[in-house]
Amino acid sequence: MKKNQSNIDKTPMILFVNKEKEPLFSKKNRKLLYDPMDDNNPITVQVLGICSALAITVQLKPALVMSVSVMVVMAASNVIISLLRDLIPNRIRIIVQLVVVAAMVILVDQVLRAYAYDVSKELSIFIGLIITNCIVMGRLEAFALGNGVWRSFLDGIGNAAGYGLILVIVAFFRELLGSGKLFGFQVIPDVIYEMGYVNNGLMLLSPMALITVGILIWIQRSRNRTLIEKN
Amino acid sequence: MEGYLNLFVKSIFIENMIFAYFLGMCSYLAVSKTVKTAVGLGFAVIFVLAITVPINFLLDTYLLDSGALAWLSPRYADLDLSFLSFIMFIAVIASMVQLVEMIVEKFAPALYGALGIFLPLIAVNCAILGGSLFMQQKDFSGIVESAVYGLGSGIGWLLAIVAIAAIREKITYSNVPAPLRGLGITFIITGLMALGFMSFMGIKI
Repeated sequence: MKKNQSNIDKTPMILFVNKEKEPLFSKKNRKLLYDPMDDNNPITVQVLGICSALAITVQLKPALVMSVSVMVVMAASNVIISLLRDLIPNRIRIIVQLVVVAAMVILVDQVLRAYAYDVSKELSIFIGLIITNCIVMGRLEAFALGNGVWRSFLDGIGNAAGYGLILVIVAFFRELLGSGKLFGFQVIPDVIYEMGYVNNGLMLLSPMALITVGILIWIQRSRNRTLIEKN
Repeated sequence: MEGYLNLFVKSIFIENMIFAYFLGMCSYLAVSKTVKTAVGLGFAVIFVLAITVPINFLLDTYLLDSGALAWLSPRYADLDLSFLSFIMFIAVIASMVQLVEMIVEKFAPALYGALGIFLPLIAVNCAILGGSLFMQQKDFSGIVESAVYGLGSGIGWLLAIVAIAAIREKITYSNVPAPLRGLGITFIITGLMALGFMSFMGIKI
């Protein structure tokens, strides 16, 4: 009885704190944006959404388009699920989430087909695979189901940006070393090729994507020792 | 017959889900700490892939593809519903996983005990949806072909996850540089394995 009493006492307190005006970009909200870029990166730390991260990083352009698409899908579906979070029965939440995400992905796919046909051809099935991209589902489960709309929106943007950051870094090195180009423009001057420099064709193949991400993780963890795993 | 065998070998080794397309990497990395759980998840993936790819093939040819509805009435002959394929495929996969879970629980409790925890995970495994989307892209001619493709990709996935799990079990005894431990070294080993699998390229039966 006494326990109940204290609970009742507490609830209005929490409500009150929440209602207090919080600036849109308070410190806590900014942390939601910046944290996934480094210390809580979805790819290198949370290990989510790796499938698509590796397959489309041969060139910068598709990697960039992919990151923007993921950002749109994540922000939109985070907001929708966060709005619906009190209405969704717990048992069927996975299917509801899948349907919301799939609808968003269809929208993105149709827009890409209409306005950037060659890139959408290049990304082939990987746009569709955003549906099962673990980042989207993972953040919906872990964040949007339990947080307000604005915070979920920021979380979606932040995590998609962290994902995009890794994608762009990997694609930068793979395109530069593999074909001597950036965004399709040649950046390594002809003089160097005449001196005998040869593009490393291995960088264009799938194994090197894995190894590049492995090295990125190595660099990040030797900079930030708290992330090191104990066996 | 030879064509089927060729497709089967190709989907296991050359177009391996993990080493060539990186599909299903999330669960591949998360569940590959011991061989036993890896085998469980691998078989669950084979099971679901071999069922959902043919079902989605039927859906695609008789419902979604452009002109696929012609069997219903000539009026629908120029209808193209292929933009709905993502949502249909994922719905089929999610409900099939649920159904398979219930059937296995009822008729093979021992298998359910072994696979149980992994089955729900599979609905969001990119390898499953990827299998169906590749099937759509490759324009298979018949249901047998798509079933063979689903089965082969599942077996390829099992092969990859069991191999990496065995390596990870052994690697706990070696002295890996601290920042590379765990995730980092797993990525690099997978890269080396993918290099190895590239040697299958061009094999034809």
